[in-house]
Amino acid sequence: MKKFTFVLNGRDVEALEGQSILEAADGAGVYIPRLCYHKDLLPGGHCRVCSVKVNGKVANACTMPAADWMVVDTDTEELNEYRRLIIELLFVEGNHFCPICEKSGDCELQALAYKFGMTAPLWPTLSKNPPVDASHPDVFIDRNRCVLCGRCVRASRERDGKSVFGLEGRGIRTRIALDSLDGLGMTALGRNDAAATICPTGSLVLKRVGFTTPYGARAYDKAPIGSEIEKKEE
Amino acid sequence: MAAKPRVATCSLTGCFGCHMSLLDIDERIIDLIGLVDFDKSPIDDIKSFTGPVDVGIIEGGVSNDENVEVLRSFREHCGVLVAVGECALTGGVPSMRNLVPLKECLEEAYLKGPTLVGGAIPNDPEIPLLLDRVYPCHEVVRIDYMLPGCPPSADVLWTALAALLKGEEPKLGYELIKYD
Ligand code: SF4
Ligand code: SF4
Ligand code: FES
Repeated sequence: MKKFTFVLNGRDVEALEGQSILEAADGAGVYIPRLCYHKDLLPGGHCRVCSVKVNGKVANACTMPAADWMVVDTDTEELNEYRRLIIELLFVEGNHFCPICEKSGDCELQALAYKFGMTAPLWPTLSKNPPVDASHPDVFIDRNRCVLCGRCVRASRERDGKSVFGLEGRGIRTRIALDSLDGLGMTALGRNDAAATICPTGSLVLKRVGFTTPYGARAYDKAPIGSEIEKKEE
Repeated sequence: MAAKPRVATCSLTGCFGCHMSLLDIDERIIDLIGLVDFDKSPIDDIKSFTGPVDVGIIEGGVSNDENVEVLRSFREHCGVLVAVGECALTGGVPSMRNLVPLKECLEEAYLKGPTLVGGAIPNDPEIPLLLDRVYPCHEVVRIDYMLPGCPPSADVLWTALAALLKGEEPKLGYELIKYD
């Protein structure tokens, strides 16, 4: 594959043809915050947390291919303010009771809120209050915690070959739909499917495994999300 | 000698866990007692404000009319108002009732409970009236600082208090911002 360089946060970095800005930045040890992106899936471009400035214009780092003419900034006050706002709005769009959530400490939404120093969301909650679906023997879905990242949709389709999940509705009414009207238990979702463990939040969770890791030993207790990518460079 | 700063605390709709966490500062509590005087607070059991207070610490969210009254009187009396813990900041665990209409909540608890015989929804004028939902403190009065955690660790409370008493902004490092 052809190699080229582009400017990332003021320094020349190498990228391979076909890499997105986000992938090239990962390779260079620069963490661009992201939520709907997952390294094992095609990029979705839903959440906009990965927004960066490309020659002065805002663009999605996970979907835009890097190119040799680019001057990219990833870590400006303005961009981080956008990101913080997106995270905060995601909190109030759902119902996030972190103290009782199985995912707390390992949750990417929460970790991003920590990273951007959110003490609490200040907007009023939207109060959609969807019911929990616990009809599956091994997995439950609690849409109060869903951020509509579409990772379950892509994982089920691309990795499991099943298409158990889909995005339904438009705008603020968008929700995760199932390929059965009778609940998760009547879908083909299996406990070992990629889709069953790919959720960044506590929305789609394996049953009977919550709260097993002690405080202090969970993914984001000690170091901010993205530290593993930034470490590579040192 | 200048008078020591005065601190008041209260627990609205919370579990007193945040107050327990304050006691968790261990021997630093001796420093704290040397640094401040407590006004209205469950710690010294003073029931009403004796005058203006420098720092007010609020645990718990706002679920009834008495909470509203107490919170407003804290805002009136305190120079700096600090909300501590998830209940004060977001409504926390008590606000899980916001997902169910209040009438249904009361009926489930007092009329339909499987172990109930001849239940009745409490209606004594002495009992504070429940609000339609549980509110975070900042939706009722202006809050100056927020300390997250369920409860905030002793280190969070100590770091923030120590800064405030010096007249500085409380700054929490990465490991001190937690929602659980
Ligand atoms: S999904 Fe994440 S942000 Fe939401 S309640 Fe659970 S831990 Fe908190
Ligand atoms: S259930 Fe999880 S993985 Fe699926 S869209 Fe919602 S947050 Fe994303
Ligand atoms: S990570 Fe790029 S849009 Fe979500």
